[in-house]
Amino acid sequence: MQKVVEMKGITKVFPGVKANDDVNFELLKGEIHVLLGENGAGKTTLMNILYGLYQPDAGEIYVNGQKVNIKSPGDAIKLGIGMVHQHFMLVHNFTVAENIVLGSEPKKGIKIDMQKAIKDTKELADRYGFKIDPNAVIEDITVGQQQKVEILKALYRGADILILDEPTAVLTPQEIEELGVILKNLVKEGKSIILITHKLKEVMAMSDRVTIVRRGKVIDTVYTKDTNIDELAEMMVGRKVNLVVQKDEAKPGKVVLKVENISALDHRKLPALKGVNLEVRAGEIVGIAGVDGNGQTELIEVITGLRKPTEGRVYINDKDVTGKTPRDIIEAGVGHIPEDRHKRGLVLKYSLYENAVLGNHYKLPFAKGIMMNYNKIKEYARKLIDEFDVRTPNEEVFASALSGGNQQKFIAAREINKDPELIIAAQPTRGIDVGAIEYIHKRLVEERDKGRAILLVSLELDEILALSDRIAVIYDGQIVDILDAKSATEHELGILMAGGTLKKQA
Amino acid sequence: MANKNTTSSKLRAALNTLIFPIISIIIAMFIAVFFVMWAEGENFFTATVTLFQAIWEGSFGTSFSIIETLVFVTPLLFTGLANAVAFKTGLFNIGVEGQFIMGIFAAAAVGLIPGIPAFIHVPLVLISGMLIGALWAAIPGFLKAKVGTNEVINTIMMNFIAMFFVNYMIMGPLNAPGKATTPLIQDSAKLWRFLGETNRVNVGLFIGLLLVALVYILLWKTTIGYELRAVGLNPHAAEYGGISIKKNIILAMAISGAIAGLGGAVHVAGIQYQAIQLFGFTGFGFDGIAVALLGKSHPVGVLLSAILFGALNSSSLNLQLANIPKDIVYLIQAIIIIFVAADYIYKWIGEKRKKEAMING
Repeated sequence: MQKVVEMKGITKVFPGVKANDDVNFELLKGEIHVLLGENGAGKTTLMNILYGLYQPDAGEIYVNGQKVNIKSPGDAIKLGIGMVHQHFMLVHNFTVAENIVLGSEPKKGIKIDMQKAIKDTKELADRYGFKIDPNAVIEDITVGQQQKVEILKALYRGADILILDEPTAVLTPQEIEELGVILKNLVKEGKSIILITHKLKEVMAMSDRVTIVRRGKVIDTVYTKDTNIDELAEMMVGRKVNLVVQKDEAKPGKVVLKVENISALDHRKLPALKGVNLEVRAGEIVGIAGVDGNGQTELIEVITGLRKPTEGRVYINDKDVTGKTPRDIIEAGVGHIPEDRHKRGLVLKYSLYENAVLGNHYKLPFAKGIMMNYNKIKEYARKLIDEFDVRTPNEEVFASALSGGNQQKFIAAREINKDPELIIAAQPTRGIDVGAIEYIHKRLVEERDKGRAILLVSLELDEILALSDRIAVIYDGQIVDILDAKSATEHELGILMAGGTLKKQA
Repeated sequence: MANKNTTSSKLRAALNTLIFPIISIIIAMFIAVFFVMWAEGENFFTATVTLFQAIWEGSFGTSFSIIETLVFVTPLLFTGLANAVAFKTGLFNIGVEGQFIMGIFAAAAVGLIPGIPAFIHVPLVLISGMLIGALWAAIPGFLKAKVGTNEVINTIMMNFIAMFFVNYMIMGPLNAPGKATTPLIQDSAKLWRFLGETNRVNVGLFIGLLLVALVYILLWKTTIGYELRAVGLNPHAAEYGGISIKKNIILAMAISGAIAGLGGAVHVAGIQYQAIQLFGFTGFGFDGIAVALLGKSHPVGVLLSAILFGALNSSSLNLQLANIPKDIVYLIQAIIIIFVAADYIYKWIGEKRKKEAMING
C-alpha cells in the first residue's frame, strides 16, 4: 500500500524535555493508525510537527512521497492534512455552516455566499454519514456534534489525512461508537486517519495499526489484529501492569457528606448546579460520572467552600458547613485532591516541604503562634515522600520540578495525611503515568477500607467503574440517577450521561 | 550526598538569581562610559577613569561622602522593603511614595507636641508614621479585595492626594510663619545623630537594617509570610489551602504602607526635622520600586541595591564637579531597570514555553 505520510528521524527538544527523539512514523493510505502513549510521551508534539505548529529540530517529513517542509498549519492544509484538536476551536455563536466555511468562505462578489455554504455543508455531511443541522448554533449542540463540525471543517478544506487528538476524551460511550462508524466511513472514502489516544479499549476497537510511543521514542508499530490490550499496556508503560483494581465489598457506615438541594452559578454567572442531592457514607466510594462541564467542578467547589451556593445546604458529619470558608471545611475533616493540580493543588514555585503543609500550615506542630517550625515541616514532607514513594531528589526542590504523576502522588499524600473523614478526589489520575494511577487507585481503596468516605469525580468511565461502590450520574447540573456499581454497565451510564433515562423495572 | 546536592543546587540557584542584576549593572556602567566619552570628548580609557573616579569619590571616597551615602541609603531601605513585601504578594504598590509622604506628615505633626520625654516621643513619632502609612495603603488594598479595583491605579491616585493634602497642611494649619515648611520638631522627637550633629546620618539607618532582618523573618519564617507568598505565587492554590486572598491582599498593603510610612517618619525625625512643601514627589517611593526590582524583592537584595542606588545618588554632586552631567546617574539607574525588567520578561516567556511543552507533551 501507498505511504501517504512518512516521518523520519524526527527530534524535538523543549527546554528541559526531549519530546521526540529520533522518531519514525508512517501512515498508509486508507488506514486508521493509532499513536498510543501515556501523557507526556510525545504523541501530540509529533502530530503538531506534522501539522506545522512546531518545527522539528531534526528529521524529514514526506507526504505522498514528496519531501516537504511544513512551516505552518496553512502549509499542512495545502498538503491535505487536517487536525482536530483536543480542545475544539469553534466560534460559539456562529452556526455549524459558518464555522465550517470559516477561513475559506464561498463568495458571491464580495459577499459571503451563505446559501452555497449551507448546501456544501449538507452535501459533505450526507456523503460521510454525519447527522448534523448546518443552521444549528455551536453553543446549542452537544460536544459530540461539535466534534463532528471540527471533522467536517477539516474535510471541507480538502483534508485527505486527518489527525484526531484524543477525540474520545469528551464523548459518552454511545458517541464513541458513533465516532467509530464515522471513521470507518471516512476510510472507505479513501481518507487516512491518525488517532492520538492513551485509551487501550478504543485502540482495539477502532484501529488497523498502532504505533506505541514512550518517553519520546517509538517502541514499536504493530497490527491491531495481532496484539491485545495487555501487550499494548506493557509496551506503553514499559512493564507489566495490573489494570484491574482489587477491592472487597464496601461496608458503608454513617453518612459523612450530605448535599441537599444545592444550586450554584458558574464563573459566567449561569446556573451550573440545579438542585443537587447526594450522600456519601463512611467506608464507601461514590463516583460521579458525567461528561465534562455538567457541573462537576462547581459541585466540588461548593462542597469545599471555594464557591458559594445560591441555594441548598452542605453537611459534613451532620454539621452545616454551607458557605463556610475553605479553612473551616478543611478543619471539618475534608481532604481534597483537586482536579487541576497546577492551578489549585500546588504552589509550583514553593518547595515541596512548603507545599506539604498547604492547608494546615498554621497548626501545631508546623507552626506555633505565627512562627513556622521548618524542621518539623521538612520532617513531615520527607515522611510524605517516603510513604507515597514520590520520586524527587529531596524535599527542597520546587514542586514544579516533579513529573505530573509524582506531583499527584504528593498531593494525595498530603490530603490523606490530614486524616480527613471525607476525601474528595477530583480526576485524581488525569494526565499521569500508569504506575502512579495504579498506586493512587490502590490507596483510595485502602482509605475506603479504613472507613473514610470518598467522593470520586472522574471523566474516565473506566476509572469510575473500577473504583466506585455507587455511581451518581450528573447531567446538566443535576444528579439524574444513582446506580449500584456492581450492576451498572457502561451502556446504561452512557445513556444517563447524555441526558437519557433508564426504564426501571418495577 | 543529599546534603551536598542541596547546598550546591542552592548555590547555583543563588548564582542564577544574581547573574542578571550583576550583568545589568556592568552593562549599565559600560554604556554610561560611552556617554561620558561623548559628553567630554575623551577616549574610552580616560572616560572610564573619570567616571568611576567621580562616582567612587562621591560615594565612598571620603568619610564625609560615606556618611552622605548612608543618608541616601536609609530611605531607600524602607521604600525598597515596602515594595518588596507588596511584590511578594503579587501586588504592585506604586503608592509607596504617597505612604512615605504621609509618614513625613505624621512625624512632622506628632513631633511638634511639646513636653514628652524622648523615650516616648521618638517611638510615638515612628509609630504614627507607620499607622498612617498602613492606613493609606490599606485603602487601595481594601478596594482591590472587596470590589476588585486595580491597586496600581488607586495607589497612583492616592499619591497625589497625599502630596496635595500634606502641602495644604504645611502651608495651612501647620505652617511655620513666613516659611514654606512646618516648624522644627521638638528635640525629644529627633533621632540620634550618632556621628555628631553636623553629620546627618542617624539611628534611622539601624532601624532600616533591623527592618531588613525583620522583613526576612516575616516573609520566610512566619505563617503570615507563608500566606502572603502563597497568594503572590498562586492565589488559586492559596484559596484552596484555606488562605484568604482578600485578607492577605489588605494585610500585604498595610504592611507595605507601614514600612513606607515609617521611612517617611525616619526621614523627618533623622534628617529634615520638619516637613517641607513639596513641588513634586520626593522620588524615594519610586526609587524604591527600582531597588526592590533589582534586589529581586529579597530583603538582602534590597539592602545591596539600596546601597548601590544610594551611592549613585550621593555621587551625583561630585559628578558635576568633575564636569560630568549628573543625569548620568539616572541614566545608569534607568539602564539597570531596563535590564532587570527584560530579565522578568525573559523568564515569563521561558515559563510559557515550558508550560506549552508540558501541555503538548
